[in-house]
Order: sequence, then C-alpha cells, then structure tokens
Amino acid sequence: MEKVVIKDSAYRLRKAKILHTKKLTANEKFFEIALADGELLDHEPGQFVMISLLGIGEVPISVSSSPTKRESFDICVRAVGKVTRSLHKLKAGSEIGIRGPYGQGFPIQILEGNDLLIVAGGLGIAPLRSLIKYVIDNRRDFGKIHILLGCKEPKELLFSDELDEWNSRADLYYACTVDRADPDWAGNVGLITTLIPGVDLDPQRTFAAVVGPPVMYNFVIKELLAKGIPERQILLSFERNMKCGNGKCGRCQIQNLYVCQNGPVFNYERIKNLSEAF
Amino acid sequence: MEDLHYLILKKERFHDFVRSVSEVGKLVAPVPKGFNNFAFEAVTSAGEIALRYIPTILPLKKFFMPQRETLLEFSTGRKGVVNAVVECEPVTIFGAHTCDLAGIQCLNMVFSERPRDQNYLTRKNQIALIGLECNEYCDQYANCHLVNASFPGGGYDIFFTDLGEFFIVHVKTQAGDMIVGAAGTFEKADSSHINELKKMRTQKRKIFNNEVPVDSRQIPEMFDRSFRARVWKELDERCLACGNCTNVCPTCYCFDIRDELDLSLKHGIRYRVWDSCQLEPFARVAGGMNFRKERAARQRHRYYRKFRYPVDRFARFFCTGCGRCTRTCMADISLKETLNELIKESEDRVWKKWL
Ligand SMILES: Cc1cc2nc3c(=O)[nH]c(=O)nc-3n(C[C@H](O)[C@H](O)[C@H](O)COP(=O)(O)OP(=O)(O)OC[C@H]3O[C@@H](n4cnc5c(N)ncnc54)[C@H](O)[C@@H]3O)c2cc1C
Ligand code: SF4
Ligand code: SF4
Ligand code: FES
Repeated sequence: MEKVVIKDSAYRLRKAKILHTKKLTANEKFFEIALADGELLDHEPGQFVMISLLGIGEVPISVSSSPTKRESFDICVRAVGKVTRSLHKLKAGSEIGIRGPYGQGFPIQILEGNDLLIVAGGLGIAPLRSLIKYVIDNRRDFGKIHILLGCKEPKELLFSDELDEWNSRADLYYACTVDRADPDWAGNVGLITTLIPGVDLDPQRTFAAVVGPPVMYNFVIKELLAKGIPERQILLSFERNMKCGNGKCGRCQIQNLYVCQNGPVFNYERIKNLSEAF
Repeated sequence: MEDLHYLILKKERFHDFVRSVSEVGKLVAPVPKGFNNFAFEAVTSAGEIALRYIPTILPLKKFFMPQRETLLEFSTGRKGVVNAVVECEPVTIFGAHTCDLAGIQCLNMVFSERPRDQNYLTRKNQIALIGLECNEYCDQYANCHLVNASFPGGGYDIFFTDLGEFFIVHVKTQAGDMIVGAAGTFEKADSSHINELKKMRTQKRKIFNNEVPVDSRQIPEMFDRSFRARVWKELDERCLACGNCTNVCPTCYCFDIRDELDLSLKHGIRYRVWDSCQLEPFARVAGGMNFRKERAARQRHRYYRKFRYPVDRFARFFCTGCGRCTRTCMADISLKETLNELIKESEDRVWKKWL
C-alpha cells in the first residue's frame, strides 16, 4: 500500500509553544500559547481549538483570551482525563499541536450596540472570558454590561485577580455567588439563578451569553425568559464529545446540528425544541 | 437511453475481461464465503466471482474509509516531525450493486463538504467502480426501491447488466473508457441489445415496488412526528447495543480518533477507527453526562440519521435499502418493521385528530 503525504489535510497540526502556565485551582490550569512562526490564531470569542499532545490525544478547548490580544492566546483547562491531565504536566517551553479555531463563536457584530448579560457557571468562564475581555477592550461599542458568576465553592473561583478588576470597574455590573460558602467568604451564597432577578436590565436590548454545566441551562433560561429577554437573544454554548471538529465524526451531534460547526454557540430560539440539547 | 455509450460483453469473454483487468492492478469483486455470505475481496479469475449475490457482509465503504486508517505520522522529541498521510492503492471494484453505489455517493457528499477530507478523497480518486445490476430482489430484507436505489443512478465508471448471453455495459467516465479500451473484449451494442435492456427494466419495474406502505416523499414528515413514538421504547428493550447495524451500514461513517506510540515511544501515529452511535460512551461528555443514555434514544438517532437529518443537509436518504442492518442484527431488529411501526403510529395519530 502506498503512503502519500497530504498537504491540506484537515488533521494537520499547527505547531505551538506554551509561553506561560499558572495553576488557578486544584483542578484548573491556565496556559498562554503562541503559534510557531508568529502566526495569528485569528479567532472569535467563543470559538475553540483542538489541542494535541502527540501520542496521547486531542481535545477541544475554548479560547479564553480576546482576539484583541494578538501575539498569543490563552486557554484554561480542567484536568479530567488522559489528555487534560497530561497537559497539566507541561511547563513553559513545551510544544503542542493546534488545529482550528473552529465553530461559531458569539456573534460580535450583532452584539455591538446592545446590552450584555453574561452568565458563567464554573468552567463556563473559560470561553466567556474571551467575550468579556473583548468587550472591555472595545467598551464604547457596547451598552450596559452585566457579569454574573457562580461556582460550587470559593476555592473553585477561576481568574480571581481578574474578577477583582471587573468588580472595581464602574462601567460593568458584576456579581458573584457560590453554592457553599467557607468562613472567609463575604459574598453571595446560592445558585447562580438567584442573581438574575436582581439585575436591572432592559430585556429588549439585552443579549444573554450563558455557559456552564448542562444542569445549569434549564434553570438559567427560565429566569432569563421571566426577565423578558427574547429567546433569540439568549446565547448558549454547548459542550459535547468531539473528535474531528469539522462535522464528520458524528460525536457532537445534537439531532440535526453539529456543535463543532453550527455551534458551540447557539441562540435559544434555534435549539429550544431539540430535546437532545438539554 | 443514450445508445452511444452502450457496449456489450459476451459471457464467454467475461473470463478474459476479468483476467485483463486483474493483470493491470488490484481487482476486487464479491466472492462467496459460505452460508449465503459474500465479501468483496481481491480476485484474479472470473471463477471466483459471484455474479448473483446478496449484499456482502461489509459494504464498499471499507475500501474508501478503512476500518482503521492513519491520519498523522509523527516522531516525538526535539526534532519531532508530524506528517499528514493517507495510505492508498489503485483498486478496481467489480460488481457493486446499485444500493452500494448509492452508499458511496452518500459518503462522497459527506467527505466533500468543507473542510474536505483529503484522506477519503485521495483514496476515492484511485478507485474505479464497476456496477452490476440486480434484475430481481436479493432477498426479503431489501428496501432499495423505497429509497430510490433500485435502478442505476450514477456513481459508477462502468455499469454491467446481465442479460443472459451477454452483459450490456454502460461506460460513464474516462476511467471507465480506459478500462474498456485496455481489456479489448467489448463490442458495440446495437438496437436489439438496447431493446433487451429496456425489456428487462420494464420487467424489473413490476418486481420492484415500495417495500413499505408509504410514499417515500412522506417519510421526512413522518419522522417529524415520530420523535416520541412508541416504537423507540420497544427497540430500547430489544437492542443489545452491539453496534453491528452501524458497522455494516454503507452510509454510517462516524469515527473515533486515537493515538498510538510504538515501543520506542519515539514514533507514533494518529488514526481513526469506525465508531458507533449505538455504543454507550459515544455521546458522553467529560462531566460524565450522557446525552443519549437510553438505547431508545440511540436507536432513534440511527434512524433519524438515515431518514430525516440528511434530507435537509444532502437532499437524500442515507439508507440505500441494502438490508444489511436487519440481516446482521442479533436482536432481530428489522428496518422495514420499524418503518411499518412508524407508519402505523403516525396514521393512528392522524386518525385521533379526526375522532
Ligand atoms: C467546544 C468545547 C470547548 C471546551 N472548552 C473547554 C475549556 O475551555 N476548558 C476545559 O477544561 N475543557 C473544555 N472542554 C471539555 C474538554 O474538551 C474535555 O474535558 C476533554 O476533552 C477531556 O479529555 P481527556 O482526554 O482529558 O479526558 P478523557 O480521558 O476523555 O476523560 C474525560 C472524562 O470522561 C470520563 N470517561 C472517559 N472515558 C470513560 C469510560 N470509558 N468510562 C467512564 N468514564 C469515562 C472520565 O471519567 C473522565 O472524567 C470543552 C469541550 C468542548 C466540546
Ligand atoms: S445490530 Fe441490532 S442489537 Fe446491535 S446495536 Fe444494532 S439494532 Fe442493536
Ligand atoms: S440503514 Fe440498513 S438498509 Fe439502510 S443502508 Fe444502512 S444497513 Fe442498509
Ligand atoms: S466533532 Fe466530529 S462531527 Fe463535530
């Protein structure tokens, strides 16, 4: 059997280097990555890349930085299995492979000029951070910005130093809650849904961007609809098992949609009748 | 019928044809494997080929998208390199029934969609396809007519129809011309040959009828109403989740991607292998949640990927009616029976609206 090298394979990897890592919590680690040869990733907030460790495997991970940061990009990874645990062991200087960026991110052109309500549950902050940072860097293009953050316990809070900055800005509304407090916690206690009724927003001109664990969606959507935000203006990002990232392997399918191509960001109106979505 | 492109091959010259093609390169054709099983395998003589056969155990996709294929080759360490590769060889496939040609047409559409899959397309370019008409049904499991795959609809380089003393042969592509030219065993067809073909097709139209009582144009709409049908619940109790039905299906193409290092731990490959939506971990995410936990949901997904979703995406069914899934199912789950159930349930619901 003949073996041919193909130049334009969809599985070809772009070489990249880890510039910097930082432990965020017991399970999550931050990586700053640059493509070799100074290439630009050129992504949109909400898109993801496939991260490759040769000999171990490949996983989809959201880009966590704004496209306004050009020379490198960030990811935030939770160690759950084979590839993510191995990734956690890598230090600055290590080489990895990248494919992408893939998928449909948040529709920036549509969001501009409107108000934003960002709802992040747990690791959901990873893709939403790219949107938040983009919005901050282009602050005058957007109306009111509300950021709601929730996680199980205070020690699981990601990007805590950045959270303080968001909290101190006068041009953002920011609130954070934990399911269970510890003795040092002075903030809100309760599920993220409890933060929504208190937000002072104009539902007709507000777009909600929601990312979190699967169980969160139903409850959050209910609150957002109760607030009067139109279905079309509720944006959700979904996580599914992914292997190819390009609409072939079938792993990420939600009925007739492919999360890797039609998503990961969908508006609620489009997917509300898909029972496999929730 | 465009008479110009028809040739005939007399039966007594079939041996010469097979020998000449197999001398030039690898020739693959259906061969009997006992117990009424058949498989596409390399042949060198006409005697090995089954001219009458029921669909082979595995469909032609095994040549276009092998069960396991390398996507990347790499070496690790300081001077590590990564190459995207495809393993392929020129093959001529003889004897593909119309259902199997339809299966390849489906895969062609999937892998030509952007981003194009160069592994598949490179291999496809090296494969010549010679079709062979079924003059009658292969067995009771087929539903090829329902899905519009019982008559030739393209997808071949050359197409053979057995008319007793001779084959009438339609040459469709340049690759086909080259094979025919090199073999030198063909003669020009005249109007009497064409008439015999027309007669056979008329006869065939009487035999091939919709195998389930529904107009195929109604099928997508029927599936729109059937997401919560009872029949999925029934399949839940019967299905063993073995994944056989998807492995043997000519239009199933889902895959997993894995890495493998050799013993030196310095070289390795990334490869893809056939996967199945019928297996439990298929739709499980890292958090442990599974979006198709129940077998009912997984069976339903299989049927919707044949009869509903591809209609929007590719304007055709992704079932070729080959009957392989039914023939292979250890739990006797039958595609035609499932469709019949859906039709019944669907009609029940329509009736209830009027009562
Ligand atoms: C669009 C998108 C964006 C994402 N963004 C991020 C991100 O920004 N950050 C991030 O950390 N993650 C993100 N993820 C999730 C990430 O892709 C997964 O966590 C990752 O693929 C896990 O791969 P792994 O090889 O480390 O784990 P695996 O080895 O695949 O295991 C993952 C988990 O599945 C379970 N599991 C696997 N196989 C089995 C089995 N046979 N039986 C039982 N359980 C099993 C294990 O319990 C394990 O906890 C994203 C996913 C998607 C689809
Ligand atoms: S072959 Fe039959 S038992 Fe096996 S997964 Fe398919 S339907 Fe279920
Ligand atoms: S679904 Fe069954 S009958 Fe249809 S193409 Fe696949 S294996 Fe053949
Ligand atoms: S990840 Fe393969 S189809 Fe979406």
